[in-house]
Amino acid sequence: MEHHLVLRVVAKLLIPMILIFALYVQFHGDYGPGGGFQAGVIFASAFILYSLIFGIENARSVISFNLLRILSALGLLLYLGVGISALIFGGNFLDYNVLASNPLSGQHIGILLIELGVGLTVAAVMTMTFFVFSRP
Amino acid sequence: MLGIAIIRLGSLFAAVMLTGIFSLVAAGLYVSMDAVDVAFTEAAVGGGIATMLFLSTIALTTSQEKTGGEVSFPAFFIVVLTGIVLMYGVSDIPKFGDSQAPAHQYLSDRYVNQSPREIGVPNMVTSILASYRGYDTMGEVAVIFTAGMGVLMLLGRGFRNSARRNSPKGNSPEQQGKVKL
Repeated sequence: MEHHLVLRVVAKLLIPMILIFALYVQFHGDYGPGGGFQAGVIFASAFILYSLIFGIENARSVISFNLLRILSALGLLLYLGVGISALIFGGNFLDYNVLASNPLSGQHIGILLIELGVGLTVAAVMTMTFFVFSRP
Repeated sequence: MLGIAIIRLGSLFAAVMLTGIFSLVAAGLYVSMDAVDVAFTEAAVGGGIATMLFLSTIALTTSQEKTGGEVSFPAFFIVVLTGIVLMYGVSDIPKFGDSQAPAHQYLSDRYVNQSPREIGVPNMVTSILASYRGYDTMGEVAVIFTAGMGVLMLLGRGFRNSARRNSPKGNSPEQQGKVKL
């Protein structure tokens, strides 16, 4: 796709916006529609668009395959870690009430963290799947 | 209708495009049912990622369906039977927006009235998914992770080696042969 000038320009304009929108969906999921899953998919779609337009080799140099593998495991571990830290603080597994001094902010922190974990895993797995499928 | 068209089409590329369109239409339907979160997911996953993965699968294999092959009657019988059972099950589901449905008797009530006090998050879908149903969501994340690892194990063979070489012209002879095939 070296010679598609319009596609390249439009993609360059769109990709930062897609990334910002993904972050907005990720961290605004408590207030509006969205959450970790949707944000992860949108984030991955930005990488997929990049690798469609600029080639898979360039995309792999932006985010390496090993990093994706580590991130996908890290998301799940973050989720589990929140659950276990709730155990350590004296609550039940995944009981966010005990994570902060008052239950509401504890819930808020817990939900934010686990959504981050979901988003990490989903984004990494989706990008990784695309990379594996489109191997030259 | 769209489903029949997808089945009858020989060209897999057109079938993939139709499934993408169907996902977008479904997303519109979910919006009209006020399920914005689900619509979001459907548009992003069904319309975007799934279509993309289908297309790259086509690029890996072939874009024409294999024709021929006779109809197997036991399989046909099982499919029809399952369809009939599913339709029978659908007739038991409460109508859309029915206030007498079991889910609206106490459960919705409890979530709508208690979750602002217990969770304090304005988007109730998030509070249910992440807090009340935290175990379920954890299972979903584990499923996605496992699926990704499965794809990696099936298709990712030799991926790390080619990544380590990392030069555009560094294809080994057998890889070039594979590309030509």
